[in-house]
Amino acid sequence: MDRQILLEHIAVPGIETFDVFRSKGGYNAVAKVLKELSSEDVVAEIKKSGLRGRGGAGFPTGLKWSFIDKKSSKPKYLVCNADESEPGTFKDRYLMEHLPHQLIEGMIVSSYALGVNTAYIYVRGEFKYIIGILNKALRETYSNGFLGNNILGTGYNLDIHVHPGAGAYICGEETALLESLEGKRGNPRIKPPFPASKGLYDSPTVVNNVETLAVVGPIINMGGEKYASIGLGKSSGTKLISACGNINKPGVFEIEMGLPVEEFIYSQKYCGGISNNKKMKAVIPGGSSVPILPANLILKTAKGIPRLLTYESLSEGGFETGTMLGSGGFIVYDEDTCIVRNTWNLTRFYHHESCGQCSPCREGTGWMEKVLHRIETGEGRSHDMDLLVSIASKIEGNTICPLGDAAAWPVASAIRHFRNEFEFHVAHPEIVKIKDHGSIEKYT
Amino acid sequence: MPGFKIDHIQYKKNNLKVEFSADTLEKVEKIIARYPAECRKSALLPVLHIAQEEFGGYLSVDVMDYVAVILGIQYIEVYEVATFYSQFYLEKTGKYVIEVCRTGPCAICGGEKISEYLQKKLKISDGETTSDGLFTLREVECLGACGYAPAMQINTEFYEHLTVDKIDTILDLLTKNTNTEKPEGSRWTDKFF
Repeated sequence: MDRQILLEHIAVPGIETFDVFRSKGGYNAVAKVLKELSSEDVVAEIKKSGLRGRGGAGFPTGLKWSFIDKKSSKPKYLVCNADESEPGTFKDRYLMEHLPHQLIEGMIVSSYALGVNTAYIYVRGEFKYIIGILNKALRETYSNGFLGNNILGTGYNLDIHVHPGAGAYICGEETALLESLEGKRGNPRIKPPFPASKGLYDSPTVVNNVETLAVVGPIINMGGEKYASIGLGKSSGTKLISACGNINKPGVFEIEMGLPVEEFIYSQKYCGGISNNKKMKAVIPGGSSVPILPANLILKTAKGIPRLLTYESLSEGGFETGTMLGSGGFIVYDEDTCIVRNTWNLTRFYHHESCGQCSPCREGTGWMEKVLHRIETGEGRSHDMDLLVSIASKIEGNTICPLGDAAAWPVASAIRHFRNEFEFHVAHPEIVKIKDHGSIEKYT
Repeated sequence: MPGFKIDHIQYKKNNLKVEFSADTLEKVEKIIARYPAECRKSALLPVLHIAQEEFGGYLSVDVMDYVAVILGIQYIEVYEVATFYSQFYLEKTGKYVIEVCRTGPCAICGGEKISEYLQKKLKISDGETTSDGLFTLREVECLGACGYAPAMQINTEFYEHLTVDKIDTILDLLTKNTNTEKPEGSRWTDKFF
């Protein structure tokens, strides 16, 4: 369970530079695929590895690649989604800051596999210092002959450009990202057509997350079968988990899939337990849009089986008693947390970030924010919980992109598991009107 | 929906002469060259970032129209983008724009108190600028710094693990304009393009 693939050399001084990265075997995968493998071989290797998209959806990467329209006469594009904005998620930033060449290596291999000659890295606008790091790394890669024309004398050409966003969560959705890259508002497109046939500039396009692309190099080096043997079942390989909230050691950890959640939270190697010796109240394990679970259900499934960090184990029990691995943005809440306040806060986020294209999301997120705010500030009404569940259910599934679902799930799950706290807020306005009332447990 | 507030503000074109310097223009041409020749509009976001930096920290109607001409697109195509993204400012800002995170993970790690302290210390509310024109304060959504909470961004720099004392130090340094000395834990870049 100690296996480090992406972060193996993270502690090596200077690993962010081309020379040091190269001295640790970096870019060997580029040399190998360009000289020894066909593009089909590379896709086959990624399929064998069982790699699943690390941005949140967990879609098999090799399969996604195989959808690209090879017969199209238009140029093909690879776009790296570095618009990391899901609350609780900061793993891509960590990767790009410390291992920019790991991403570039993966992008070269992936571009070759897809027949791409121009690739873009779409970085969220707030990460300006990351853009500086990436541009510096790209310049080094060009000057060492791994990018540009006739790479390593093989006749293969590739340019990679960095493109800045400007502050919009919605641009993490792949079709909104493509709109934004075309210089437009980040309004998601209706699918189909999928980007694999009509993406950037109506050309066949693959959009992959930073972590997904970064692991492509190591997979080529070790072989797809070897990678598939790491991890557990259909959750192959390792995953970066960014842990935050009320824990002793927040940060980014690479875990082998299958690590027990309990060990991840309490081991000194990872989160180091709950800060200030408090008790754990709840966890959102995959970025703020996945369902929140109370402590007992995050540690063990409803059937009493210890929960593991895999796509399958975390979703065991469906939305009734389970959640999702999502982006691996692991937010831990201690016993003092007010669930109502936290749910209101996250709903305000989704309201702010809704692009406004679909009415259920544009209006619904605002209604939910308003109702949650009145409950939190002691103005709640007895039917408000049912009202929230009803609004959430009418947003979910009725929007062009998944932001609607992402806004509905946190509200629905908070009420499902912590309904008593919402009811207490409505019943005791005198208590919740106190600012910083924190958890209501101490009043009950 | 970022930018919905602007419905109530009148924006006027002042017909001021707006032009990039020769150096900047060269940089802009290089950026445009990253995209296919018929897709100049793709350069809109990066060029607006540059325009905002070059022309006083915000995008006036004159500046947006100038960018439209450079990219060969309609004015409205620039307006609709400039009003969509939260990092484009349509009104004059202070020299330093403080963007303090208000989202969940920062909020449970003391972010709300940090925001309150900043308002008290600078004597301004969310969205306002100090009378000396030095600081603009904005509460923003998740900065992707959740593990280093509470966090804020000042112009292009990230400041993390914030405490009241640390904010005092940072603001003092910026006020004295000796910000070559960075408080521990800050991340920055001088040139991001």
